[in-house]
Amino acid sequence: MIDKQRDVLLSIDDLHVWFELRRFGFGHAGYVKAVDGVTFDLHYGETIAIVGESGCGKSSLMKTILGLNKPTKGSITFDGSLDVGKLEGERLRQYRAKIGYVQQDPFGALAPFMNVQRILEEPLVINGVKDPAERERRVRKVMEEVKLTPVDDFMHKFPHMLSGGQQQRVVIARAIILEPKLVVADEPVSMLDASVRVEILKLLRGLQEKYQLAVIYITHDLSTVRYFSERVFVMYAGNVVEKAPVNSLVQNPKHPYTLALMDATSDPDANNALTYRELPPGEPPSLVKPPSGCRFHPRCPRRIENLCEVEEPYDLQADDHLVACWLYK
Amino acid sequence: MSQTNNNLLRIEDLVLHFGTTRGSVQAVDKVNFGLNANQAVVVLGESGCGKSSLAKAILRLLPRNVVSYSGRIYLDGNDVMKLNDEDFRQNIRWASISMVPQAAMNSLNPVIRVGDQVAEPAIIHLGVSKQDAVSLVKKMFQHVGVPEDFINRYPFELSGGMRQRVAIAMALVTSPNLIILDEPTSALDVLTQASIFNVLKRLKGELGISFILITHDIATSSELADGVAVMYAGQIVEISDAHRFFAEPLHPYSRMLMASVPRLRANVEPEFITGQPPSLLNPPKGCRFADRCPKRFDKCSEEPPTANVDGIQVKCWLYTS
Amino acid sequence: MNTFKKSFRELVRYPSAIIGLVSIGFLLVVSVYALATIPYSEATRLWRGGEDVWYQNPKYAAPAWMNYFSDVKKPVSFAVSTRDESMTKTVETAAQGTSTITILHSFDYTYDEFPQEMILYFDGTYQDKLPFVSVAWIMPSGERVRIADLAVDRDLTFRISQDQKLMKRLHTEDVLPALFIEPKSESTVPVKGTYQLEITAVTFEANSDVNVEFVLHGTLYGAAGTDQYRRDLMLPLLWGTPIALAFGLLAALGTSLLTMIIAAIGSWYGGWVDELIQRITEINLVLPFLAILIMVGTFYSRSIWVILGVTVLLSIFSGAIKTYRAVFMQSKVSPYIEAARAYGTTDRRIIFSYLIPRMIPLLIPALVSSVPAFVFLEASLAVLGLGDPVLPTWGKIIENAFAEGALYRGLYYWVLEPAALLMLTGLGFAMLGFALDRIFNPRLRDV
Repeated sequence: MIDKQRDVLLSIDDLHVWFELRRFGFGHAGYVKAVDGVTFDLHYGETIAIVGESGCGKSSLMKTILGLNKPTKGSITFDGSLDVGKLEGERLRQYRAKIGYVQQDPFGALAPFMNVQRILEEPLVINGVKDPAERERRVRKVMEEVKLTPVDDFMHKFPHMLSGGQQQRVVIARAIILEPKLVVADEPVSMLDASVRVEILKLLRGLQEKYQLAVIYITHDLSTVRYFSERVFVMYAGNVVEKAPVNSLVQNPKHPYTLALMDATSDPDANNALTYRELPPGEPPSLVKPPSGCRFHPRCPRRIENLCEVEEPYDLQADDHLVACWLYK
Repeated sequence: MSQTNNNLLRIEDLVLHFGTTRGSVQAVDKVNFGLNANQAVVVLGESGCGKSSLAKAILRLLPRNVVSYSGRIYLDGNDVMKLNDEDFRQNIRWASISMVPQAAMNSLNPVIRVGDQVAEPAIIHLGVSKQDAVSLVKKMFQHVGVPEDFINRYPFELSGGMRQRVAIAMALVTSPNLIILDEPTSALDVLTQASIFNVLKRLKGELGISFILITHDIATSSELADGVAVMYAGQIVEISDAHRFFAEPLHPYSRMLMASVPRLRANVEPEFITGQPPSLLNPPKGCRFADRCPKRFDKCSEEPPTANVDGIQVKCWLYTS
Repeated sequence: MNTFKKSFRELVRYPSAIIGLVSIGFLLVVSVYALATIPYSEATRLWRGGEDVWYQNPKYAAPAWMNYFSDVKKPVSFAVSTRDESMTKTVETAAQGTSTITILHSFDYTYDEFPQEMILYFDGTYQDKLPFVSVAWIMPSGERVRIADLAVDRDLTFRISQDQKLMKRLHTEDVLPALFIEPKSESTVPVKGTYQLEITAVTFEANSDVNVEFVLHGTLYGAAGTDQYRRDLMLPLLWGTPIALAFGLLAALGTSLLTMIIAAIGSWYGGWVDELIQRITEINLVLPFLAILIMVGTFYSRSIWVILGVTVLLSIFSGAIKTYRAVFMQSKVSPYIEAARAYGTTDRRIIFSYLIPRMIPLLIPALVSSVPAFVFLEASLAVLGLGDPVLPTWGKIIENAFAEGALYRGLYYWVLEPAALLMLTGLGFAMLGFALDRIFNPRLRDV
């Protein structure tokens, strides 16, 4: 499925995003190494999923891509030439408008005092669409796209009058109204009901195909990944530990952490209740003082003594996966 | 597993309606179900279907705007609806049935040590001394997998998963027979979810505790379920046992709900249910799912009876002969 | 517009809102009435006062309606004049330019006490020869008392109680009781009935004329009573209403809006901007608010608008800034703000179109509820002698009453009337504020 010939839309190279911790408001007290050396390319029209638990750095990575955080080290290059880390002021503002953003909590993502029309018009107003008739035309068009129809029924509603699914449609409409090439979707369905989740994912998928959007889908739920993305990146403690095409990852996960995630994910099956699940012990490490070597080694059942805790693994080729794990050396 | 002989808890015609300025919300409307000792029943439903209200109705944790609260709740054969509020508070709530409320891990008091918070229900309901309470709390922490020395920590020093375990310990400390869990893992990560379910399985297996698990997450609910009750628009539309339900549910809504679950291990395209659940303010007459049901026919404009299909109860005209 | 109608309909479901709206509506009607009927220049002129403006009124007179609550009926003041034809005047022209002018005024006197004073103000028009006037007093029984015979100058004041000749004629120092009691009676209360004042004037020139104004100073006056300068309290009560409302509303609005904007700017930009605002607030919180106002009033200006400005300035950096800041800090990290940043919203637009509108539900009830505090502040300053020097306000009434020891002297009306209006203002805005709070902050509402 991956067309290697497609041009690179977003190129991330050795990206570090560290947040300084301060003691009593001034003294230095270390860094939270939220993203610590992440490298990948995203092509035009490609969908990738970034999977990881809360605190693994996936949100910080996403916000850095959106231009909301500054990279500490490394670079993000957008559309071949734009060095995102160096943008300031007006140019940074313009860059942000080039990426659509779908958030996790649809109700929180919509200003409660604006109606649907106003919410969707805001990005247009801010980005210089001055003619109200033109704005309304585009609002109507995008509402059709996300199937908020009949449009007139929804235009003047406030977010609290909409169901969770409808709210998320408004969020998606807002994300695509400026016709971005890239949409970042941060857990877009985790707060929705089961019956609505699939609907929203399919809507996103449809829009992605229609407009050849590149989509970064961020989630902690592996079970939705296969319906949405071409490649999957698994993040753990600020690192990407496994990069693989989706089917290959689901059928043949390599990294012990990916395996653990898959083992912990339930499918509806009454036999689940009959056994305990095998889980790695402990909890994800602190990002201030991450473990030496492989960050998963304290929890890893297949750790190699005198190697995993000493040397940090790099991306190793295993079939069509890239795995940061010494087992595949 | 028989559904008729619910020897621990049996709920008959439970009704809970709230008054609002726009009319009454029929959050729980003539609900019948129950469970046996050492059994776990999942109440499945989407947001706004009344499943949380059902939990509150069982524990009589009622808001002020209740307009109608009736029915029978038999606990070990006794109708606890007949008890006055004081007796209910002393002998039932937290003594026989306790609860892990929704978002419990974020509801811990941030300025009280978690050990003291867990001890509180024991001191109130069992009248144990402070010293005994400490050892009791340590025992509870063992059951739920929290290190003993955490009793002196404050909630913010604990991870989400640990706080959720503390909330379960709080429900467990009075040694109730039944614990109601309201969305116990919805805000947690996959690994943490799975570890919480391991804890719940152990409590059920080793201590013989029964659970009512209220959730919208079908996949994880199968981790604990012996029985399943599906709730839709304030009513229970199907009561089944887990093996038959997860293999093939009967009610059209249950079927569609099951089909909407994305699966990791099977390459099936999930399908969604079109439309919206009806408002509980003025639910439609007849079957409440009829508007969204692909198998709808003439009869559905009347309220369906509950049919018994080999021990599975389905509130649907398709199964009445 | 529709939402406005809807919120109004919701508002009137609360009895407290209705009470509040009715009270505020009443105060607004009074304000409009005051502004429409008494222009600003007239109001300040009347309030500056002086004997020539208020000579018709007694001092320290309680309002006339006090008689409804008392068995002892006290005399109500009145003034009549030939100029406005409230006294009948007939002119008979005779030969050689002489004419006889008869001026009559009858009135019912039904009170149990004597008036404080009766005064006749004559105004003669003549070239060389002064008109001549004789005044007679006719009691209900028909008994006729000659009061005076005078040549009338251009401007002549005749105080009946102080006329020496009349005292002699009636054989008493207390002329007024003598005019209200039958001559040989032992009674100590006035005879009730119709009295008549009869003034006969003779003029000796063609264009000569006489006009008379008759003023009876009772112990009650008008609907509101009078103060130590004979001023009708109705004036400051009426005019005090728009002033109090304007002061309260402007101060509340100015303070709340500026506080909120500054809090929003501080919490959005953070860093040194926020630090600066926080420090200014902390310093301002320990500054003695009232003392500064008193200093400004004493050394700079007592103009109500200067005081208003200083009040707003000092109230901006108040504790409310911390409250607002806390809420802004929450909204600042809310997803919809993050989304707005992500689609390229400028800082200014985020502050004014995203942060502040979210606050309006908190702001409006707080604003409405804070109006009375500022109204009371203005009144308190007036009581402390720092009221506006030219404007008639409620606070000035209380200040005067206080200075004159009104409560010691039993002149309760003097304090109670402005106090009642202040309480009505407080109650009205507080009641409306409560209801608004319930509507805008649904968490307070019973579901």
